[in-house]
Amino acid sequence: MDPVKNDNYRPEMAHIGKSVLVKGELSGSEDLYLDGEVEGSIELRGHSLIIGPHGRVRANIHARDIVVHGKVEGNVRGTDRVELKKSAILMGDISTQRILIEDGAYFKGGIETQKGDAKADGAKPEAKAASASTSSSSASPAVASYSSQGASASTATAHASSPTAQNVHPSLLEKKY
Amino acid sequence: MSSVTSNIFRLFRGDASPSPAALAAQPAVSERIPRRSSGFAEFARAIAGRDSLCVLDLGPTSPANITHLTGLGHRSYNEDVLLASFDSSLAMTSPEGKPTLNAQKFLADNLAYERELFDAVLLWDMPDYLHESLVKPVVERLHYVMKPGGVLLAFFHTRDAGPDAPFYRYHIAPKDGLSLQPVWKPMDGLANGRRTPMFRLQRVFNNRHIENLFRDFGSLKFFLARDNVREVLVVR
Repeated sequence: MDPVKNDNYRPEMAHIGKSVLVKGELSGSEDLYLDGEVEGSIELRGHSLIIGPHGRVRANIHARDIVVHGKVEGNVRGTDRVELKKSAILMGDISTQRILIEDGAYFKGGIETQKGDAKADGAKPEAKAASASTSSSSASPAVASYSSQGASASTATAHASSPTAQNVHPSLLEKKY
Repeated sequence: MSSVTSNIFRLFRGDASPSPAALAAQPAVSERIPRRSSGFAEFARAIAGRDSLCVLDLGPTSPANITHLTGLGHRSYNEDVLLASFDSSLAMTSPEGKPTLNAQKFLADNLAYERELFDAVLLWDMPDYLHESLVKPVVERLHYVMKPGGVLLAFFHTRDAGPDAPFYRYHIAPKDGLSLQPVWKPMDGLANGRRTPMFRLQRVFNNRHIENLFRDFGSLKFFLARDNVREVLVVR
């Protein structure tokens, strides 16, 4: 299924497809469209996160703008804006400057609006490939970063297990037939 | 995801790619009806001029309510307690052999806040619809999580409302008013096409019942509206 086409989505965004599962700390320095499953934490300071209709997140989230079409269990911090679309289900607390909720969205938790947080993350930096470090050690959580190169994932289930690499190898996120 | 959210899906969402049948299973939501509310006006006056209050809204998620409360600078909490009470894992049998709900489990998963957190609570008419086994435990929990002096607004249907009274979502409207949004069960293809409320009125409280329900609170103030609803402002 194509990502939700709306004013927020742009083709150049990094993309995690609906069959992808990420466990651990997900961070990056560019915008992300997430339609898969994430357990852990998501750090995208200064950037946008769109959780697609198939997205299922069990993590705390920190980003500049956060748009939710899918399901989130965790606390959400959008330094500029948090938007819950009508299909959204969010269970957790929200901290943001601006909150937009469509009728039909389900929310359970607390909302606190704050002023001035948008400046804390600074201007949006140039998009660059995020460095990726992955670990298979059970003692430390797997850390998965992503880059815009080969970041479109289709049917593979990705568990971070390969050694440290400058960029995430496309095979971790994309399976070609 | 928890079973509560599973119930949410079954009741309101269907699949990610809903079939026509699944779409038909979604509740029918109607246009809104404006309503003056002396009780809400009093509630609004009670929290006016104060900053950074913690306000708990126990109705269905209402963008209007969240916008209103956060726009006033308050921290808004939302919890649809009535919907949560339909979690199938709560079902149990009482010692007398009657079907009931596990109040202890319900309160472990819902209204789990710290003591004396909230300055204000919007209960709406939830006690009229909630399963009997949960009504008193929920009110006791609200007493626990409210600050002394905190205010609670509740609506109770009068006997004249009738068992098929519409179930409403309550939205805060400008000038301290409300707008009511009837929510109906999905049209299930019945020949008569009759609409039924999404939730059925379970009981009618009289004044004495209401006073007994809130006996641990400080004071109650009653407002009688024209639409068979009794509004009560309760002070913790």
